[in-house]
Amino acid sequence: MSRDTIDFDDVQGLVRFGHGPLPEAVFVLARVTSAAAARAWLRLAPVTTAASTSSPPATALQIAFTAQGLEALGVPLSVRAGFSSEFLEGMADANRARRLGDVGWNAPAQWDWGHEATVPHVVVMLFAKPGQLGALVDRTCGEAWRDAFEELRRLGTADLDGFEPFGFKDGISQPTVDWGQRRDPASGRHRYGNEVALGEFLLGYRNEYGKYTDRPLVGADASTGGLPAAEDAPEKRDVGRNGTYMVMRQLRQDVRGFWRHLAREAGGDETAAEALAARLVGRTRGGDPLSHGHRTIPGVADADAPRRNQFTFDDDRAGVVCPVGAHIRRANPRNGDYAYHETGVTRLFADLGLPGSAFQDDLVSAVRFHRILRRGREYGPSLAIAEALRPGPADDPERGLHFVCLNANISRQFEFIQGAWLMSSTFAGLTGEGDSLLGHRQRIAGGGGTDRFTIQRDGLRRPVSGLPPFVRMRGGAYFFLPGLRALRFLAGASG
Amino acid sequence: MTPQSAFMVLAPIDPRREAELERLLVSMNGAPGHARADNALVPFGRFEQVHVARFLIVDDKTVSDNGAHGIPTPCYPRGLAFLGEVDGEAEAFLADVSAGASEGLRAIFACCDGFGAETHLLDWLLAHQVSAAAAYTNWRGRTVRRVREDAALRAVLERHVDRLAPQLEHLEPRAVHERLRALVLEDATAGRIALSAEAPTPLRWTLANLLHLASLPAAVVSVLVALFVVLSRAPRVALPAVAMALAAVVLRLRHLEKTDPELCAPPAPAEVTALATIEDHDVTNQFSAMGSLKPGPLRLGTTVLVLWAINWAARHLYTRGRLARVRSIHFARWVFLDRRRRVLFISNYDGSVESYMDDFINKVGFGLNVVFSNGIGYPRTRWLLADGCGDERKFKDYLRRHQMPTQVWYKAYPGLTAVDLERNARLRRGIDVTSMSARDAAAWVALL
Repeated sequence: MSRDTIDFDDVQGLVRFGHGPLPEAVFVLARVTSAAAARAWLRLAPVTTAASTSSPPATALQIAFTAQGLEALGVPLSVRAGFSSEFLEGMADANRARRLGDVGWNAPAQWDWGHEATVPHVVVMLFAKPGQLGALVDRTCGEAWRDAFEELRRLGTADLDGFEPFGFKDGISQPTVDWGQRRDPASGRHRYGNEVALGEFLLGYRNEYGKYTDRPLVGADASTGGLPAAEDAPEKRDVGRNGTYMVMRQLRQDVRGFWRHLAREAGGDETAAEALAARLVGRTRGGDPLSHGHRTIPGVADADAPRRNQFTFDDDRAGVVCPVGAHIRRANPRNGDYAYHETGVTRLFADLGLPGSAFQDDLVSAVRFHRILRRGREYGPSLAIAEALRPGPADDPERGLHFVCLNANISRQFEFIQGAWLMSSTFAGLTGEGDSLLGHRQRIAGGGGTDRFTIQRDGLRRPVSGLPPFVRMRGGAYFFLPGLRALRFLAGASG
Repeated sequence: MTPQSAFMVLAPIDPRREAELERLLVSMNGAPGHARADNALVPFGRFEQVHVARFLIVDDKTVSDNGAHGIPTPCYPRGLAFLGEVDGEAEAFLADVSAGASEGLRAIFACCDGFGAETHLLDWLLAHQVSAAAAYTNWRGRTVRRVREDAALRAVLERHVDRLAPQLEHLEPRAVHERLRALVLEDATAGRIALSAEAPTPLRWTLANLLHLASLPAAVVSVLVALFVVLSRAPRVALPAVAMALAAVVLRLRHLEKTDPELCAPPAPAEVTALATIEDHDVTNQFSAMGSLKPGPLRLGTTVLVLWAINWAARHLYTRGRLARVRSIHFARWVFLDRRRRVLFISNYDGSVESYMDDFINKVGFGLNVVFSNGIGYPRTRWLLADGCGDERKFKDYLRRHQMPTQVWYKAYPGLTAVDLERNARLRRGIDVTSMSARDAAAWVALL
């Protein structure tokens, strides 16, 4: 079902590229002080598109808005109401916080930004080649900017060469976007595949259900003339098309606490601590998966890093090779629509749930509905393990991750992964443990703890108990990252 | 084996006392919408047979959807439902609770029509019972006492394992099992844990269940025999008549599917907030939803038939932790109300509402469609089974729109999912057997 190729000039570059060649970046969070000045600034902003150029640009600029931001810009309620409820309610909503595990010291009231008066209206993401970021910031945040916005935070980033602050290679597994819409999602996916429908990452296109995700559609008139037509309602204009939702979370990582705890757990042996850390993550620090379940996965091209992504956990359902609760297994359990591989009559029986009796059957959902494009950046200086084990200075700088992800359906994609998989104390039949890295370690209703990590083995499992929290949520928000025509529409909108 | 039953009492609310009723219900809760086990009105924790229970103000905000089918909007009084799942007979529980929580129940039901100071509470409860058209129990025969014993057993096993890890580590699974089993039996002898035996299955229940088991094959055989008799007596008349009747039903249904209106607008934000406020406090959540059936005998007939089949399957096929491929439901039921014009759907499920709906769409979408597509406004289906909930956004909005906040919900074992219960029960089964094969022992040890 190949369709017309998409208009990359209308898509912000971040959707297609992680801007890897631009290692310097800063994310500027701001609030609108003058709607008219903000709209004027936005109309002139040199937003980077997803069109490929012969040589990659030296800088990039991306813009996204929160629901409050759209309101502050004067976007009418009739348009705003068309966005998804998660976006409109925002990340700091109290009921959402419970679901996302933003409780205890992660609770929105404790955040540095993103709660009540510190909810940003807009984020301007600036990327540059080494040495060019300062000039880009000056150019971008000049007088016209200051007339329009009040800066809330400048979130600086660090280039740790592809490693996150704990010292692990990050960003290895990403879904392959089916830009050409060649795969028919309606045919299902018996086994794990990495190619995911375009509509999972870009609004206005068919998603994994073959349907369209929530976004505002408006009537065609003079003010909406610049917008693309809606694919599913040609008489309407699509504000969402070529845009997507962006989730941002500032995650502070206690790198010293992490390695010290693991070293204690490993009896002071640094190598053993590193091996234990690899169990928590599911990969070695260099990025090699613990799992040997080698598979050729459709949609994975890993010529440069063979086998780093060509695997599933199908041969290791008990978690003996890679613990069931390992971070990469929670974040992407790599299963297809069925836990077992049947066809014909046995498939019918499987659908009816008649043969299943193994304890592990059907505990985890099919992953193709729960994928995200990760676009985050680290912050803070790197810290080697040996150094992390020594006492830190009084003014030890903060380290962490500005987690950024793109998805068309925040509740089914980001929130599902975060709530049902990462933070859940009952993921895949486990009990008493949250995510090994991100877990908040708070008790759940009924009194059970979440501070364990279980290493399954052929015989008795080995429990690691009393894990402290290693990651603290410092702020976050849900944004709409519009297509370029939609951006011009929003910036031209008058109250 | 002690079978579980569903009880439900429903009465119209006296409109003058609604505010008082809502106040009373809120007073029972700790976390929003979650009853304290020791609340003053109905201290659920004191009734050991209660798995889950709820007080629900039945107030369907979607009745005006009838207008889309050209039916005038009926005026239903708001009702108060008291319902739940218990070990043993529903009537026995109602007798217990009306004796043990008489004052609280009287205060609550005094807010309903026709309940006065001299009303006999138990008689009134029994007279206002409403039975389910279909009911699902995650694990037939698993009592609350057993759930608690199994959970305690697991805790004790975990402690032994943690303490003895260095000694146990090098043993074969069979030896590990033997050793742990011996320790646990010692614990039981010393009275530190209870390993009580299953109660005998009531004979009356066994007989009734056998009869019920026979009902589906009997019905199928009767229809086939009737068809055969008719067809063999007068094949020239009957064959075309039967074929045409069948074709007419199928074509009519298909026509309805293509033309029935879809009403899947997102619910108002305030309504979603009211629902979300009482969700995700425990690993398990409650779900109460209501809707009107589409008009006409075909839709009613399909619903009756399908619910009857689901009830049969739930009673005889899906009695061991799985409803088709779904493992996250503790108890669920469908109840016809108002002379089968409306259906109430009740569930107790693990995880968030989003994951609950995803689980259903992706694993048993056909089952959802065949039941719920007879409700007004359901996303368009194809041949009853296909599409429908496959339109994820419409389906989720449809379901959320029909959902009602549950004012008071109680679960006897917070923190435990249905899968937890199954794991604990499997651990217990390993204690009940004297020896195991190497493979079974390895699987048993892996549960720890």
